[in-house]
Amino acid sequence: MLKIKKTDLSALFAKIAESNELYLPVKTAGKTNFAAWTPAAEVDLDTLKTVKSPKDAFFPQSEGLYSCDREDGKIKITAGKLQDAPFVVFGIRACDVRGIEVLDRVFLSEPVDTYYAARREHGILVSYACGMPETSCFCKVFGIDAAAPAGDVVIWTVGEELYWEAKTEKGQKLTALVADLLTDADGAVVEAEQEKIRAIIDRLPNSDLSLEGWGAEAAKTRFDSPVWEQLYKPCLACGTCTFVCPTCQCYDIKDYDTGNGVKRYRCWDSCMYSDFTMMAHGNNRTSQLQRFRQRFLHKLAYFPANNEGVFSCVGCGRCVDKCPSKLNIVKVIKAFGKEDA
Amino acid sequence: MSVKNEEFRPVIVAFCCNWCSYAGADLAGSSRLAYPADVKIIRVPCSCRVNPMFILRAFEKGADGVILCGCHPGDCHYSTGNYYARRRMTMLFSMLDFIGVENGRTRVEWVSAAEGVKFSETMNSFVDKIRSLGPNVRLGDLRCKD
Amino acid sequence: MQRLIDRAKELLGSGEVARVLGWRKGENSWDVEPAFFASAEELDGFVYDGFCGANLSKYMIEASKLEGKTLVFLKPCDTYSFNQLIKEHRVDRDKAYIVGVGCKGKLKIENIPAKGILSVEGAGYPDAAEMLTVKTLYGDVQVAYKDAMLERCHVCKGKDHMIFDEQIGESADTLDGDRFAQVAAIEAMSPEEKFAFFQAELSKCIRCNACRNVCPACSCRKCVFDSNKFDSAQKANTTSFEEKMFHIIRAFHVAGRCTDCGECSRVCPQGIPLHLFNRKFIKDINELYGEFQAGADIDARGPLTDFRQDDCEPSIVGKRG
Repeated sequence: MLKIKKTDLSALFAKIAESNELYLPVKTAGKTNFAAWTPAAEVDLDTLKTVKSPKDAFFPQSEGLYSCDREDGKIKITAGKLQDAPFVVFGIRACDVRGIEVLDRVFLSEPVDTYYAARREHGILVSYACGMPETSCFCKVFGIDAAAPAGDVVIWTVGEELYWEAKTEKGQKLTALVADLLTDADGAVVEAEQEKIRAIIDRLPNSDLSLEGWGAEAAKTRFDSPVWEQLYKPCLACGTCTFVCPTCQCYDIKDYDTGNGVKRYRCWDSCMYSDFTMMAHGNNRTSQLQRFRQRFLHKLAYFPANNEGVFSCVGCGRCVDKCPSKLNIVKVIKAFGKEDA
Repeated sequence: MSVKNEEFRPVIVAFCCNWCSYAGADLAGSSRLAYPADVKIIRVPCSCRVNPMFILRAFEKGADGVILCGCHPGDCHYSTGNYYARRRMTMLFSMLDFIGVENGRTRVEWVSAAEGVKFSETMNSFVDKIRSLGPNVRLGDLRCKD
Repeated sequence: MQRLIDRAKELLGSGEVARVLGWRKGENSWDVEPAFFASAEELDGFVYDGFCGANLSKYMIEASKLEGKTLVFLKPCDTYSFNQLIKEHRVDRDKAYIVGVGCKGKLKIENIPAKGILSVEGAGYPDAAEMLTVKTLYGDVQVAYKDAMLERCHVCKGKDHMIFDEQIGESADTLDGDRFAQVAAIEAMSPEEKFAFFQAELSKCIRCNACRNVCPACSCRKCVFDSNKFDSAQKANTTSFEEKMFHIIRAFHVAGRCTDCGECSRVCPQGIPLHLFNRKFIKDINELYGEFQAGADIDARGPLTDFRQDDCEPSIVGKRG
């Protein structure tokens, strides 16, 4: 176990940034999101949840795939650049690390998504234990321990100090890079902090949420339930829940006409949108009820059906906080729980 | 495509109404009045055909300045189209100013079919203005610029 | 609140209305969702308190297509939106039974600067407290009701209902700010400062479309930004241009029709002050074409679907300084 004073963090960031791209929570115009570190950036490690999850670092909201340009009467095709330099995502929370593990199951299974795979290969996760969990958190339901997140390096803050522990080979390399700034520390301090965090998590209102009835079989048993009709009505069909979600992975591919050629790019899509999975014959989900049901059954039934029972919700609670109509996955789970009772 | 080490040649998009301004541009041409070739004219049926999206899309695709020309107020082929266009463009220009786009990148001028001279003078002065402002960097899509 | 429930039950019972559109209790006291109620039993979940900020007018577009009348509860500011929707033939006046409810200002949970909030007391109606008692995982705090109010309530248009069948409950004045102060402050900035301000705000936009979908003035059946004829993303800001285009075009499309209900700013997950775009247009309209409040008068002509022969020229923008 190592540690560093909070006041020395800018030196730590500067050191990491010398040889890595560094992404961490930065406050811009009042809201905190993951962004590239610069000496002028207002780093904000106090905010528990960034508005958007850090999945952008591996699966950006939009990215170029390749471009076709006219050159001397011919068409030149240039492939998009794959990530080839190391980068560090600093301060990612336990739930968001699990979110990336969920994305791995999608993008690293055959056929492998090379853009994503290159980022995963070069990305180093410095995960950050949650000192002050929020009311909307329910990661415990999915077996995530916010006091001991997965990742290449794990950090905890206790008082004015930040504790640092490398967990993987990548993490050890990063630790070696900043070794001069770190000093030896007493692991017992962290253990006490972990106990404290776990005690708070046990008091969270949704930590004991029951997932009974969800999983592969829910696709059959809950698809036609009248509960959806009750639930979806306030939904505005906006994409807030999908865009702040750490596991939503659907995307759309488009061509952009630059006047001299075409740039093919992909961007996140949302199953809440009316043109989602639009095909030549039209759309296979024509009502908001169907689109709403798709989102929750994807997380709680279809995904586990294809992934050994793993849910594609990590309990980060962003949708709980951000839905303009105050709908969310917790309400859905509870509504079906009541229906069963 | 920008060519370095050369004088800045702005791309200007001019929306001209079919009945007055486009004919004015024709007259400027047939009277051999010069105006820069950087002005790309797009003919529209009436100045009020132009909605704010047209202006923004022109900037997106690389325009450095956008000018809208229509019949003089009172002379609209459709009686009142240019009055509506006038209010809309006032609102849009004010919004562009509000978000910090340099004032002067957009303009509205009323040019009649008989005003070949005014058309050429207007275009010359607008191009000069855009030259003085320099390339448009605040409203373009970067993908069109590399 | 009980008076509202009782009246709703009465009207449902007599068959005068087929359903009730109101707000439903959530998991937490602040998680209030817009909801339809079809029976007296369902109405037990009804709530009306400081967290009922949602403007229900837009839901009336769908409700107007249903069989029978819908009882809808509208706050004073919501009635402007409803009027505007009548004017645009998007809702059917005859399908609505409007109960104008009193308003003492609405709250935004994000405006309470506390972590781990478990409950908020004092937001009740009609007896809202001066101070909210906030219980959290990390201790209790007191927050002034006023400080947790939505921005729009500080610049309230007034507590008169523009349209109603009956009114229930009293209101309290919440106006304590100048509606155009922020806009004027930005107008006074240099172009560089203006650009930097909006660049910082708009760079947060994730294109979730919540502002559009909640907006009562955005009632197009198919939005131009949902067109698949575009080559720009429409659902992601692939470049910094797209976020500007989206917000300018959206604000422009509702210019002269926006009642300044403030829903866009309320729902933005990134806290972008979207009302500034709308208010800029409103301020310009007021200054250049005469005072106008959308939704106040059904018969008034919208300023952008109207003109005068002696209107100012667009070049006024540069001259005003």
